[in-house]
Amino acid sequence: MGRRSLRAPIVRSDVETVRALVRRAMNEITRVPGAAIPGVLAPTIFFLGLTAVFGNLTLLPGFDSSSYQSFLVPVSLMQGAAFTGAATGVNLARDIEQGWFDRLLSSPAPRPVLLAGLVLSASLRALIPAFFLLIVAFAIGAHWPGLLGLGIALVIVMGMGVVAATWGTSLALRFRTQSAAPLMQVGMLLAVLMTTAYAPLELLTGWLQEVARINPVTQVVEAARQGFVGSVTWGETWPGFVALAGLAALFTFTALRGMRRMTL
Amino acid sequence: MIARLAADTRVVAALGTRSVKQTVRRPQLAAPLLIFPTALLAIQTGGAGRAVDLPEFPPVESFLAFMLAGAMVQSVLLAGNSGGIALALDMEMGFTDRLFAAPISRFGVVLGRLAGTAMLGAVMALWFIAIGLVFGVSFQEGIVGVLWVVVLVSATALAFGGIGAAIALRTGRASVVQGLFPLIFVILFLSNAFFPINLLLEPAHSVAEYNPLSFIVEGIREPIVGSFSATAQLKAIASVLGLGALGIVLSAAALRGRARRGS
Repeated sequence: MGRRSLRAPIVRSDVETVRALVRRAMNEITRVPGAAIPGVLAPTIFFLGLTAVFGNLTLLPGFDSSSYQSFLVPVSLMQGAAFTGAATGVNLARDIEQGWFDRLLSSPAPRPVLLAGLVLSASLRALIPAFFLLIVAFAIGAHWPGLLGLGIALVIVMGMGVVAATWGTSLALRFRTQSAAPLMQVGMLLAVLMTTAYAPLELLTGWLQEVARINPVTQVVEAARQGFVGSVTWGETWPGFVALAGLAALFTFTALRGMRRMTL
Repeated sequence: MIARLAADTRVVAALGTRSVKQTVRRPQLAAPLLIFPTALLAIQTGGAGRAVDLPEFPPVESFLAFMLAGAMVQSVLLAGNSGGIALALDMEMGFTDRLFAAPISRFGVVLGRLAGTAMLGAVMALWFIAIGLVFGVSFQEGIVGVLWVVVLVSATALAFGGIGAAIALRTGRASVVQGLFPLIFVILFLSNAFFPINLLLEPAHSVAEYNPLSFIVEGIREPIVGSFSATAQLKAIASVLGLGALGIVLSAAALRGRARRGS
């Protein structure tokens, strides 16, 4: 038998495992909708709240958008993805506490396949709060970013879901308790807020301006924002994708290391 | 009667100390209470600091001085939530059942948790006062003002802790209490915690005018950025007492419900 024919059933079984894990994550939404509601509502609440609180910042000279809703939409989209990814970490911590994850680890499924199942489900689930937020945002007057701008924003939402899920998974494997949930949520939330979340880079003051300049998530936010506040360009798009890929690679490494440590 | 009271006091003190130690020993519980509001304070000061240039912004020494009260209140709201999570986890693990089976008052068990939250509230107030002093905020009402801020923040923590405990007692599930995290921000956004009421957009502007949290924030903010006024302080005290009473009523109802169900 050739090597390729030996590998085919393995790949098929890996794909089946990933699909089963994704289906399980999706079942949680339909079977326990109450648990998913906060994650869906939170970004929209933040969006409406921050718009109401800081909306008058657009009156400052140098603010490059007359609509704070449009300026803020991508930040809230990132927050939605962050909360969804963190929820993946919390669910994993619950599975660890209840012993279910031990059974998964003792199965013949490779660790990267288990992680892929968790992460893929998070990236799909991240679209739910995003769609809800976009409906509300357009209803209250956010600018239409065009199909390309919207498409880029949604791909970035899914990518951010992957980053947040691998971050949450790393923490769940480190602390092995649901008590670590605030750390999962807060960590991602801060990463999103330490960017040009509230105002353009030129209007930020002090240390935040410097941090936002070097924070890779700033590139991600700006790439998602471009269609909402202006036109879409390749020059604003690629740094966001590069930053996302780098963050995903980093946290995938820490999550896989955590899985390996669990079995030692 | 006196012996019973002394026993209850010992229980409250012991459980309060346990609650504080639990928070301090678990960084994942302690960090969000201090680190998150501190980071958000720093981010909002850096992100929206230019707001003081808006013509309608009330005269303040700095945006940081204005934001300190909001950060303190945010911190105690999170502490109330965190206390509720810890209580729900105790219930999930059966620790609370063992306490309830002991010959001690059920209210004493809850009050112990709240005493811990109040202590944490005082610590948080001191933390933000220290941050203000380090970054150049001069407290306009001096040492008396600082002490009043600590008292008011601690009492607010107690009041919100009562509501968090009531939800934990009612549901018995940490995940449900955890899910209230976004709601904390709704309450904050609909108040003057982060921006002056006159600069909020509708509907936040109208809601904030009647939100009890706005009165509490104003009571804490006043001695930092200006001078005491009886009206603002009385409104703050009434709001804290009202929220505290609400927490007690809800907790009592939840305890009665658990007793009826035999859990």
